[in-house]
Amino acid sequence: MTTLPKSTTRKLGLVIDLDTCVGCHACVISCKEWNTSNYGVPLSDINAYGAEPSGTFLNRVHTYEAKSTGCNAQTVHFPKSCLHCEDAPCVTVCPTGASYKRQEDGIVLVNEDRCIGCSLCAWACPYGAREMDAVAGVMKKCTLCVDRIYNENIPEEDRIPACVRTCPAGARHFGDFADPESEVSILSAARGGIALMPEQDTKPVNRYLPPRPKTDVTDESKIDILAPFLAPIATETGGFLGWLDKALEKI
Amino acid sequence: MHPSASVIIFTSLSGLGFGLMFYLGFGMPEVRGWTAFWFFLIAYGLAVGGLISSTLHLGNPQRAMNAFSQWRSSWLSREGVAAVATLVLTAPYAIGLIFYDLNIAALGWLSGILALITIFTTSKIYNQLKTVPRWNMPLTPVLFLLYALAGGGLMAGQTLVAAMLLLVLTLLQLAAWQMGDKAFANAGHTLETATGLGHLGKMRLLESPHSSPNYLMREMVHVVGRKHALKLRAISVVTLGIFPVAILLFLPFSHTLALVAIASHVIGLFTSRWLFFAEAEHVVGLYYDKR
Repeated sequence: MTTLPKSTTRKLGLVIDLDTCVGCHACVISCKEWNTSNYGVPLSDINAYGAEPSGTFLNRVHTYEAKSTGCNAQTVHFPKSCLHCEDAPCVTVCPTGASYKRQEDGIVLVNEDRCIGCSLCAWACPYGAREMDAVAGVMKKCTLCVDRIYNENIPEEDRIPACVRTCPAGARHFGDFADPESEVSILSAARGGIALMPEQDTKPVNRYLPPRPKTDVTDESKIDILAPFLAPIATETGGFLGWLDKALEKI
Repeated sequence: MHPSASVIIFTSLSGLGFGLMFYLGFGMPEVRGWTAFWFFLIAYGLAVGGLISSTLHLGNPQRAMNAFSQWRSSWLSREGVAAVATLVLTAPYAIGLIFYDLNIAALGWLSGILALITIFTTSKIYNQLKTVPRWNMPLTPVLFLLYALAGGGLMAGQTLVAAMLLLVLTLLQLAAWQMGDKAFANAGHTLETATGLGHLGKMRLLESPHSSPNYLMREMVHVVGRKHALKLRAISVVTLGIFPVAILLFLPFSHTLALVAIASHVIGLFTSRWLFFAEAEHVVGLYYDKR
C-alpha cells in the first residue's frame, strides 16, 4: 500500500555534519559501489567514457558558497540523498504500490518488481532523491543500506550504511531518531540539526548540522590569533645573557 | 519540467475525448446509428489514443496493470481506474445508440459524470505536486475541466455552450499564467531554505555534483524553451479561444468552419499544454541554482 504508516516504531536516518564534510565524494562512490552490486537492479552508467557521461547515483555532493555582506565567502560541501521523510510525498503518489515506507524503521523503499517507471515519485520529491535508471527503467533511491544494517553475514562494524562507513572525515552518522538517547538525536539537538525545505511539510528524518561559526576576519586584531602567544614576555633581561646583550649593544 | 510529447499528447487528447464523451453521455447532440458511430469513434479514439500515449513514457509499460491498485492513495492510480470505468460504461450506452436505436439515458448520464471525474483526476496528478508551485494552484483542475468541456463542446457541435466556455477558458488561462508567474516566489522556496543555511548569507552553487546533466536535470530543470514563452502564450490565446469564438459567434454555421474552429482550438490547446510543462519550475532546480 502506498498510504503512509501513521507512525513508525523507529526512525532510522542520517546526520550529515556540514562543518566536517570536506567534499571528497567518497560517500558517493561507496554508495554507488554497494548499491550497484546489491539491492535491486545495478545503477547504470550511460556513455561512461564519452564526452557527456551520465549515470544513476543515490547520493550526490553539491558544493555551495555562502556570502553575507562584510564577511568572506564560505564554502559548504553538501551531500544529498533520500531524507526518508515521515510524510513522504513520493510514496503516496505511487500508482502501483512499488513505493512504500516501512513501519518498523521508517525506511522508504521501492519494490522494483512493481515499479512501472512513471517518474511521478521523482516529480513529487523536493530533494531530487530519486533517479530513474536509464537502463532498467525503474526508480532508484537510497535504501539506507537496508541490506547492510541488518546483515548478519558481515562484521558488526560494517552494519551501517556504506556512505557512513566510508566517510574519511566522520561527517556522516547513522542512527534512530525516535530514540532521544541515540547518538544522532543527541548530535542533532546539540548542534541545531536542520530539516531541508521545511515549507514543503515533508518532515524529513535526516538532519544537517550547520557549519560552526567562523572567526571574524574583518577585525584585524582577531586575524592573527597566535600573535599574543609569540609576543616577548620579559622586557628587561638579566643574568649573563642580559650583560651580553648590553655589551653587544654598546659596540 | 521537461515538456515530453507523450504527456502533452496524453493530457490534451484524452481531455478532448472525455470532454466529448461527457456531451454524448448527456445526449448533446442526440445521435443514433452511423452519426452516433462516428461521434463515439472520435471520442474513444482521442481518449484511448491519449491513454496509450501516456504509457509511452513509462520505463516498464508491461507492468502498467499494477497502476490500477493504489486508488486509495494515488491520483495517478485513480485516473487509470476512472478512465477505464468511463470507457467500459460508455460502451453499452454507445452500442445501444449505434446498433439498437436505444437510449439508455441513465447509463449515459453516469458515463458523462465519470468522464468529468476522469478529467478531474488527470488534473490532480499535476495539481497535487507541491514541488511545482505553478501546478499547485486551485486553478489547475478548473482549467483542465474547462479545456475538456470547451473542446468537447466544440466537437459535439454545441456552438453557444462551446463559445461561452471558450471565453471563460481564455480569461482563466490568462489569469493562471499571471498567477503562475508569481507562484514559485509566493511559495517561499529559495536555495537558502533548500539548504537550510540562510543564516550564513546568500547561497550560490559553487561546484555542481556532476559534470554533465543527470536524470533530475533533464526531467525537471527545463529552461531552454522558456525564451519564447510570451509569444507562445499570445499564439495560444488567439488560436485556442479568440479565433474559434469569432468563427462560432460571427460567421454562419457550416461544418467546414466548425472544423477550422476545432483545428485552431487544438493548436492552441497543444501550445498551452506545452507551456504548462515547459514553464513549470520544480523546486529541485534550486539545488542546481537553476530553475
